[in-house]
Amino acid sequence: MTDVGIATPPGTLAAAWLVARKDLAIEFRTRTAFLSALVFALLGVTIFYFAWDATAVAAADLAPGVLWVIFTFAGLLGLQRSFGSELADRAIDGLLGAPISREAIYLGKALANLVFVSGILAVTIPAVVLFYNLPFGPGIGALAGIAALAAIGLVAVGTLFSAMTVNTRMAELLLPMLSLPFFVPIVMGAAQSSARLMAGRPIAEAWPWLRILVAFDIVFVTACTLAFPYTLDE
Amino acid sequence: MTSASEPTAPSILRPRRDPLLGVAIVGIALLYVRALAFTPIEARQGAAQKILYIHATSAIVGLYVAFGLMAVASLLYLWLKDAKLDRVAESAAEVGLVYTTAVLVTGPLWGKTIWGAWWTWDARLTSTLFLWFIIVGYLLLRGAVEEPGRRARYSAVLGILASLLVPFIHLSVYLFRTLHPMPIVLKPSAPSMPPEMQTTFFAGLLAFILLFAALLRTRYRLATLRDLVADRDQEHR
Repeated sequence: MTDVGIATPPGTLAAAWLVARKDLAIEFRTRTAFLSALVFALLGVTIFYFAWDATAVAAADLAPGVLWVIFTFAGLLGLQRSFGSELADRAIDGLLGAPISREAIYLGKALANLVFVSGILAVTIPAVVLFYNLPFGPGIGALAGIAALAAIGLVAVGTLFSAMTVNTRMAELLLPMLSLPFFVPIVMGAAQSSARLMAGRPIAEAWPWLRILVAFDIVFVTACTLAFPYTLDE
Repeated sequence: MTSASEPTAPSILRPRRDPLLGVAIVGIALLYVRALAFTPIEARQGAAQKILYIHATSAIVGLYVAFGLMAVASLLYLWLKDAKLDRVAESAAEVGLVYTTAVLVTGPLWGKTIWGAWWTWDARLTSTLFLWFIIVGYLLLRGAVEEPGRRARYSAVLGILASLLVPFIHLSVYLFRTLHPMPIVLKPSAPSMPPEMQTTFFAGLLAFILLFAALLRTRYRLATLRDLVADRDQEHR
């Protein structure tokens, strides 16, 4: 009694970490969503190869577009599950009843989703490099940086929309309907900047696109964190 | 019957003819007459240029007035939690969708004649198309949420985020070169159009703004009546 009574509630970041750890523990023990999304991404990468005439368009020219389109679709699979897992037995009430801020719930959920999509990218990028015969050079390090920027933007918007659409009819359809327009600047920024870096162009050419990605991340992480409390029922 | 919604009910339930709607429709008809018969034909584009009086005016009203109103009403809703603001945002989005559709239909008609292509992935075209997608998504979201308070909060959040997104889409598509004519009227320097065309243009803009106001009011009334019916159903249950 005394221990619980005087325990101070965790700060926002510590609480966010607890929420993220909870989600990741669930995911790690079941692994269903991650493995499905991963197989989906790998299938997408291979199927896309046959959508173009390989003698007319060089595989290396297709690779950036394929990578980032597949990334958004695979990401959507993970985002769907983010708040879907809180529906059973109204588990979300447990989170809302906890002495932590709404923003911490959002940041924790987003953090777990970020780990999820980063895990997918960690396998998909090497797969694209392998299947599309990309030069394996210093560009790969820059590609990881672009991937991080793209993943943050995708997760920021997607986590918020997952919280909103989970309570609606046709949640599986609405999440992509609402999210995809928001992913347009991310896909364009990531595809254009990585295409330039993979082609061995100087980083200055990719810079305007990277700036769009950074600005997108800053604006939407802030806006979605502030907006998230309004998507919860009191 | 309880008396909660009683005092407001009779006045709003009375059938009403909106004189503003009549004025707006007459205004649009006069615009067509003036644009077709009393405005000179542009030397290089020929008759195709006349689409400007519908296309550019609808774009200004649909993209700036309607969408701006939706974003502002959404933001104010989250602050004040007044159901009226939610109905304004809903009505602005739906009427704005009609205008944006008109822009997307008239644009390719002109583009085919002047550019030789129905569609190009130019910054303005792409931004308009995605704005259209977002408004459709906004209205679909409204249709998918049953509880009025939750519906209002969700759509307000989406309305605000959408207004943050549009500059990003515009900027990123702008980095792919742009083909659309640069602004002719709404620009810092003086409009580059002969005075007769300017008069037609601004008269058209006024007519479309009037039509927007009339449609908005009608749509808002519909939303009010729908909420009233929903409240009464709740009371009788």
